[in-house]
Amino acid sequence: MVKRDKVVTKNLNLWFGDNHVLKDVDIGIEENKVTAVIGPSGCGKSTFLRCLNRMNDLIDTTRITGKVLFDGEDVYNNRMDVVDLRRRVGMVFQKPNPFPKSVFENVAYGLRIQGIRYGIHEKVEKALRSAVLWDEVKNRLNISALSLSGGQQQRLCIARALACEPEVILMDEPCSALDPTATAKIEELLFTLKERYTICIVTHNMQQAARVSDYAAFLLLGELVEFNDTNKIFTNPKDKRTEDYITGRFG
Amino acid sequence: MTKEIFIKRFFLFFALLSIFFLAGIVFVLFKEGISLFTRVNIIDFLFGKSWYPTHTPAEFGILPLILGSLLVTAGALVVAVPLGIGSAIYVSEIAKPGIRDVIKPLLEILAGVPSVVYGFFGMVIFAPFIQNLFNLPTGLTAFTASVILGIMALPTIASIAEDAISSVPVSFKEASLSLGATKWETIVRVIVPSAMSGISTAIILGMGRAIGETMTVLMVAGGSAIIPHTFFQPVRAMTATIAAEMGETVVGSMHYQSLFAIAIVLFMLTLTFNIIADFISQKFKKKMTGGL
Repeated sequence: MVKRDKVVTKNLNLWFGDNHVLKDVDIGIEENKVTAVIGPSGCGKSTFLRCLNRMNDLIDTTRITGKVLFDGEDVYNNRMDVVDLRRRVGMVFQKPNPFPKSVFENVAYGLRIQGIRYGIHEKVEKALRSAVLWDEVKNRLNISALSLSGGQQQRLCIARALACEPEVILMDEPCSALDPTATAKIEELLFTLKERYTICIVTHNMQQAARVSDYAAFLLLGELVEFNDTNKIFTNPKDKRTEDYITGRFG
Repeated sequence: MTKEIFIKRFFLFFALLSIFFLAGIVFVLFKEGISLFTRVNIIDFLFGKSWYPTHTPAEFGILPLILGSLLVTAGALVVAVPLGIGSAIYVSEIAKPGIRDVIKPLLEILAGVPSVVYGFFGMVIFAPFIQNLFNLPTGLTAFTASVILGIMALPTIASIAEDAISSVPVSFKEASLSLGATKWETIVRVIVPSAMSGISTAIILGMGRAIGETMTVLMVAGGSAIIPHTFFQPVRAMTATIAAEMGETVVGSMHYQSLFAIAIVLFMLTLTFNIIADFISQKFKKKMTGGL
């Protein structure tokens, strides 16, 4: 089987003002696989993730060189429609951030801004089912999303991203604010989601990376130290720094 | 331990002080004003169409004054709400930091201009302009007062609405943008609805500012106590009536009492606004926290 990379970064460098955050990062994120980005706090994991759907654009002092290719097209070229890019690349954030709207309206949000009028109900249900939240909320779609538990809120945010039918889902430490049970549910969910989506997940929880990912990239101070099969990274790392990190010698 | 108790009592005293002042004001208002209703029917007072307090027989109908106040206030809101919320959105979401640093202090200076200056400006420059523009017998009209009051209420609305909009969590904005919403869609569908509690408070407080304003309406509204039929005729607001006539009344006379009664009505109106504002902001707050 031929490996097909959905998203590829080439010599990706990023600065916030004078702060050089990412240094020559080359990663290929394979289609229908889970790629984990690990590393200690402040190593640029989240920043890397946010390059892929251009969320770093929100910060005025950002400067980027190198390429981020999405299906071969550079997302930073001038012709790129950022709105379209973000529809194709969904994102789930560190802290669950549902809108202060009903459960239904949260999931329908992405559809409504696309001007979709018909079949919203079916699409919302489908997204909620995919996020394994449907059974818990089907009788109370009109309650405020903020009254759900933290784990439910995060699955709602996943459903909200899925409703737009993205090709790639970026997850920025999606379980860091959740308890172990809720975390387990989300991890289980990742296994089913990767059949249809390409997933890139940032995590500082090594066990989680080992459990859920097919590939793992280890970032240290903005540099990509090692990128390989998750198994190899965790059982037989090539770089001494990777070994030190995953065995808990620092970080 | 005794020190703790002392500090607690000390601050309790200050907290109670404002309640004491409020109670005192309400007490005096009612003490002076309520006895009017032994001589004038309250319905005739509230809904009477003629305000001739110095005629014989005197008439104490304040409907024209209530309508004057409400008309001018409504007009002021029509001016101030879009401008205020628009500038709040611009300053908090759209403006580059450099521009924001200029506009925000300027808005605050606008709030600090004394109302007599607004009144003077309205009388000398704006009223003649309106008179010529619409070919009116006088430029001192409800419309003139509305525009000037609107500009006065603008900074109140803009600055409170701006605080509300800036305090919407960045995570909402990011969520919306990451779903492929444009900046504009994000503002309209997520940021403004999330800030609605603060924005509605801003509007109601702006309304309170407009309805309670005295000097400006006294100077530019024209001052005739007749029921207004259009925006382009002179009106007299409740506040302006009290301010203009209080100096000429005999203490304890019916005219004197009736001015206090007007103050009671005004007080009730602003109290109602405040209660509504509180109710609305509670309701939105519940929505923001999922009702828990």
